[in-house]
Amino acid sequence: MFISKIRVTLRKSILDPQGKAVEHAITSMGFNDVEDVRMGKYIELKVNGKTEEEVRKTTEEVCGRLLANPVMEDYHFEIDKCP
Amino acid sequence: MSAKVKFGVVVFPGSNCDHDAYYATHTILGQESVFLWHKDTDLQGVHAIILPGGFSYGDYLRCGAIARFSPIMKEVVEFARAGGVVVGICNGFQVLLEAGLLPGVLLRNASLRFVCKTINMRVENNKTPFTSRCQKGDRLRIPVAHGEGNYFTDAATLASLEKNDRILFRYCSEEGEITEQANPNGSLSNIAGIMNEEGNVMGLMPHPERVVDPLLRNTDGRRILNSIVDYCMSKAGHELSLTELDRR
Repeated sequence: MFISKIRVTLRKSILDPQGKAVEHAITSMGFNDVEDVRMGKYIELKVNGKTEEEVRKTTEEVCGRLLANPVMEDYHFEIDKCP
Repeated sequence: MSAKVKFGVVVFPGSNCDHDAYYATHTILGQESVFLWHKDTDLQGVHAIILPGGFSYGDYLRCGAIARFSPIMKEVVEFARAGGVVVGICNGFQVLLEAGLLPGVLLRNASLRFVCKTINMRVENNKTPFTSRCQKGDRLRIPVAHGEGNYFTDAATLASLEKNDRILFRYCSEEGEITEQANPNGSLSNIAGIMNEEGNVMGLMPHPERVVDPLLRNTDGRRILNSIVDYCMSKAGHELSLTELDRR
């Protein structure tokens, strides 16, 4: 059993008003060295697979077809052995 | 075909404008209307499909992202590919984008606020099955109610939408001008509604089905729904006929 740890983020070209609002809150707290806040999603999948390669393929397909919308989002993932 | 157009209103878990769409097409326009449950795979011989507004699957993951995998959607996609008329309103528009029947995405409103009000939108192309009862440049008053209606697409797709007259409605001012102030959600190029290349699938954020009853003193939405009725009738070789209420 493996675990896929997936991050879905808005593409650089897409404005992120939610991130901007959070950024305003952070700067109003007095943290003036914080900039460019971007919001995203973190998703974990447990995947039954014999090899990491097999799990990578499944994760790739799930991300491409469902978890991320390629028009506005990018995804990255890493695969760990389930403890 | 009977003398009535048969509308199919898809019901996803979380749809909440399905009954409005049914009321508008069945009770007000006097057409036939049926609900199509998301788990069904039979379109019951409908002539036009409406994907209604709401919060299908609680808007989990992304609006419309999960609904597009409902069993009925496979049939809807096939129906659309065969030239059938499909309209996505609000959440239904989001589902059409996720299903790849229309290009682009709907992002969070630029204001980050849920907008619920009546807007003005300008008809940009009246030579479509959805707008034939309008004139180009007409201003329609239609309500919007959404948190994620900020239309976005890449520059190449926008150029192709514009070149092929596939932008049907743009948010406008009372005077019919396309201004930033008149844009309720930050939509690219003030886009309120678009159609596919073949001209049989339309998605829009405003809710025409909510302004059809004379009791509410605004029936602008009827012009869109009646255009669809006209189109389906003429497609079936019937004479264009106005519905009872329109003759009054």
